[in-house]
Amino acid sequence: MHVVVCIKQVPDSAQIRVHPVTNTIMRQGVPTIINPFDLFSLEEALRLKDQFGAKVTVLTMGPKMADQALRKALTFGADEAILLTDRAFAGSDTLATSLAISSAIAKIGEKEPIDIVFCGKQTIDGDTAQVGPGIATRLGLQQLTYVSKIVSIDRDAKEIVVHRRAEGGVQVLKTSLPCLITMLEDTNHIRFGTMADAFRAARYQITEWSATDAGVPDIGQCGLRGSPTVVKKVFAPSARTDKAVPITGETPKAISDSLVETVFSAHPGLQEDLQTQVAAISQGASS
Amino acid sequence: MTEPATSRPAGRTVELDERLKAYKGVWVFMEMERGHVHPVSWELIGEARKLADTLGVEVWGVLLATPGEANKAAAQSAFAYGADGVYLMEDAILAEYRTAPYTAGLSYLVDTYKPEILLLGATTLGRDLASAVATTLATGLTADCTKLAIDMDTRSMAATRPTFGGSLLCTIHTLKARPQMATVRPRVMAMPAKQAGRTGRIITTDLGLKEEDIVTKVLDYIPDRDQDQAQLAFADFIVAGGRGLGKPENFRLVNDLASVLGAEVGGTRPLVQAGWIGAERQIGQTGKTIRPKLYIAAGISGAIQHRVGVEGADCIVAINSDPNAPIFDFAHFGLVGDATKILPALTEAFRHRLATGNAI
Ligand SMILES: Cc1cc2nc3c(=O)[nH]c(=O)nc-3n(C[C@H](O)[C@H](O)[C@H](O)COP(=O)(O)OP(=O)(O)OC[C@H]3O[C@@H](n4cnc5c(N)ncnc54)[C@H](O)[C@@H]3O)c2cc1C
Ligand SMILES: Nc1ncnc2c1ncn2[C@@H]1O[C@H](COP(=O)(O)O)[C@@H](O)[C@H]1O
Repeated sequence: MHVVVCIKQVPDSAQIRVHPVTNTIMRQGVPTIINPFDLFSLEEALRLKDQFGAKVTVLTMGPKMADQALRKALTFGADEAILLTDRAFAGSDTLATSLAISSAIAKIGEKEPIDIVFCGKQTIDGDTAQVGPGIATRLGLQQLTYVSKIVSIDRDAKEIVVHRRAEGGVQVLKTSLPCLITMLEDTNHIRFGTMADAFRAARYQITEWSATDAGVPDIGQCGLRGSPTVVKKVFAPSARTDKAVPITGETPKAISDSLVETVFSAHPGLQEDLQTQVAAISQGASS
Repeated sequence: MTEPATSRPAGRTVELDERLKAYKGVWVFMEMERGHVHPVSWELIGEARKLADTLGVEVWGVLLATPGEANKAAAQSAFAYGADGVYLMEDAILAEYRTAPYTAGLSYLVDTYKPEILLLGATTLGRDLASAVATTLATGLTADCTKLAIDMDTRSMAATRPTFGGSLLCTIHTLKARPQMATVRPRVMAMPAKQAGRTGRIITTDLGLKEEDIVTKVLDYIPDRDQDQAQLAFADFIVAGGRGLGKPENFRLVNDLASVLGAEVGGTRPLVQAGWIGAERQIGQTGKTIRPKLYIAAGISGAIQHRVGVEGADCIVAINSDPNAPIFDFAHFGLVGDATKILPALTEAFRHRLATGNAI
């Protein structure tokens, strides 16, 4: 069994600051991490390694420094790592990104056929959840998004059963391999790698592929040129011109009475709406 | 997107390609599951109406479903909310959502009837389908938009969304491809008013696939026992707490006020992370977007990731001990003080007022 996990190196968004004047992201000194959502998929892949001896290949597209993310993935126990890096990819939107990555996956599969491609549910910087389905569509893979559990894999029949989160419930889906899975968050917990993995990761020679190496069919469809979406404007959210009306008083009781009065006179229907709601609930409780 | 924050040179050609000019009209994918249309579809029809009126074109709903009476009723509702017509594709294969047949059906409709804009709800279904369709059609898709507008110079849709964890907003256009696609989360757009007696046309088409052609099978569907998820997003009254409550026991004060108001409770992400409340109660960019009539936030700073989830509320009341807390920039009423002292008093004040109908 061979599985590929697509991971992305992202700035740790909890530590991102926006320049107050220029409205640009201040990246300097912001540490980078593996996109947290990708770790749930990586862990699931590593479980397939435990269970079936699957070989786990991690793949990322990004600048040279993205090799750090791959090396980190190796310390968790991934077997192989490929960095897809090329100037031609700069400025890719999700359509162009999925072209580059799916080309690389097809190339990887030529050497050793792939059973499952894993992606994260979404990234914390792009935050679109589009790249995974984009890859599946381009490669003609069955697409299983928001998977909360891999129930079973039948290697002989090449079939997989999963739980997929849907609105208001869970779908139990059966499909055939190869397929693409995006794992839901909090479905597992990334392991601590072993010492052996750490040593191997430190010495591992990461494969670097250009667009040509990855067999991208048309460079014109990559990067900025190949991206149908155009970012026209980036701006900070504006403060409302009218700030909150201050509600004051000597005691918590005075403040509270004043608030209730002010809110109800500003929103005439509200008191009745609340009374209706409360009545409906107490009726529901008593019946 | 790899680099949403770098501004790119906009396409210089203002004139649309001849081929793209054939694309006309604004479409909304009507998300139907088990006989019910997701309310986000109505919210989007309301939004589509505004875009279409600016462009001078029609609004059409697109409904992919298993054959049944519910479909005609759904189409009638779509008309009442502002659609001029509904493309109805009926097939038993479409009973449960699966990516492949839905992608094939929707892509076929787009190729045949050529809308310039296609909107979908940013639900698990909508996101899954939108990405597959956008890739199939090789067009641009902007996820989780918070604002949609038309730029008449380029006759293109200006889709605004939070980026970089919500610290910034960006406006994205699709200039060289059609349709322009976008997803919008439930409750981000207002529910339009229903206009009784409004009618429209229905165009029916076939999917043209056989069950044998579909690789993925739905073995079962297990409905959630806990319906909390939906309730918070659609609640009219919500009381929420943040880290300013100090300790988990104090969350009880939020519950007390909520029970007097018949309100749902929610909270900020740090509370979810600390285990004070369940993840389904998180409000904000990575939690629920809410649109209540009344929102009371206690001990919440008002970080942008929280703000984007609550801005649709009609009336926001903030209780915070720091007069400079960012929440006072977007709340309507501000109470500066200790939430653990004010909440019990507020609970009493509301209890009294709602019981007697009078001021104390
Ligand atoms: C990618 C990303 C996504 C995120 N998504 C979300 C999201 O969906 N939802 C969300 O909520 N957050 C989200 N966050 C986190 C967000 O940035 C903030 O950290 C969070 O909203 C702050 O929560 P808080 O207001 O409870 O805590 P704090 O920011 O710590 O604020 C506590 C507030 O309580 C006040 N206070 C202290 N004591 C008292 C008292 N006794 N009485 C009254 N007030 C008091 C303080 O003045 C302060 O303003 C996200 C962050 C990132 C990076
Ligand atoms: N540059 C990239 N390199 C590798 N995988 C990526 C890249 N961008 C996105 N992905 C994968 O696609 C998923 C969804 O990304 P997004 O559409 O940006 O939210 C991520 O969780 C990754 O698994």
